[in-house]
Amino acid sequence: MEIKQQALAGTLESSDVLVEMIPEACPLEIELSSPVKAQFGEEILNTVREVMADQGIDQGRIRLEDRGALDCTIRARLLACLERAQGQGGNQ
Amino acid sequence: MRRSMMFLPGNSPRMIMNGPVLPADSLILDLEDAVAPDQKDAARILVANALKNLDFGKKEIVVRINDLAGSDWQKDLDAILPAKPQVIMPPKVARAEDIELLASYLDKKENELGIAVGTTKIIPLLELAIGVENSYAIACASPRVAALFLGGEDLSADLRSPRTKEGWEIFYARTRLVCAARAAEIEVIDTPFTDTNDLEGLEIDAKFAKSLGFSGKAVISPRHLDIVNQVFSPTEEDILWAKDVMAAIEQGKKEGKGAVSLRGKMIDKPIVMRAEQILAAERALAEEF
Repeated sequence: MEIKQQALAGTLESSDVLVEMIPEACPLEIELSSPVKAQFGEEILNTVREVMADQGIDQGRIRLEDRGALDCTIRARLLACLERAQGQGGNQ
Repeated sequence: MRRSMMFLPGNSPRMIMNGPVLPADSLILDLEDAVAPDQKDAARILVANALKNLDFGKKEIVVRINDLAGSDWQKDLDAILPAKPQVIMPPKVARAEDIELLASYLDKKENELGIAVGTTKIIPLLELAIGVENSYAIACASPRVAALFLGGEDLSADLRSPRTKEGWEIFYARTRLVCAARAAEIEVIDTPFTDTNDLEGLEIDAKFAKSLGFSGKAVISPRHLDIVNQVFSPTEEDILWAKDVMAAIEQGKKEGKGAVSLRGKMIDKPIVMRAEQILAAERALAEEF
């Protein structure tokens, strides 16, 4: 799997995270903004790396605007965004 | 017990994450009306992940899928069945064949996933005039059908009648569904009360539904849960009366009496049935909490 096109998933509502994926021929770059970055930033980044590794993604840029999402929400939004980045799903 | 069945929008993490702490007997994670068409894909993944990762305790988990007339419902089931929701709620069910179609797809998916066939129950949402008229056939269409569920808002639109708080426009549908469900020996759930600020109106509406024979009521606001739970729970007075009935029956047996009375009233079979239902509800509540 790869990031084939720019895609968005999630929202900026509380307990959610807005994920954006951008295709780029560079090693995976992750940008995170979160009100809980100081405490949970590394955990969130590890989740992103784990989900992307599971899906075989090692290139492209990922931006996350977190609003206090739980781990299962972050994973769900990453997977939804990745599907959309394949040209599948709804809000590409 | 299904005293209260609370709808939660399937694409709202905030609402879904609150689910475990809400005092609802059932949570309905909605992939249909509460989700915009271009967000259905994300909602499916979110609901599936929430079901796999959150602890909902003893609450029954229901997923409302998209209309069986469209193509989204199969995608919904493909995404969420691996997370093993207890119940699937198809909307706008019109006839028994709709349930047979869904049950057959569930058979196939349960087989693929190694889930015992028949595990996933169905609670059809009846919100079309044709669905109300076919309610008994729908209730009997599959052993998976666990209850009938009335959707008053869409129904009143289909009937071309304005929806009112008094609810006379859905009175026939309410009694028809209660009769169909009870004849099929399953539960029956009333439509939600949609004015979230009118708690007095809610209580009147819920008591009326209970008096017609409904087992419980749909809820769209957490503020409504306590009142609906209270209305559909047996009262202390009910429980004492039921215990007295059963004690009088036992005493009558010991004394070899053919006919038994309590406080001057003959205890016949319907009275015993009513007492047994109250005590069964009390036991179910005690097990749940």
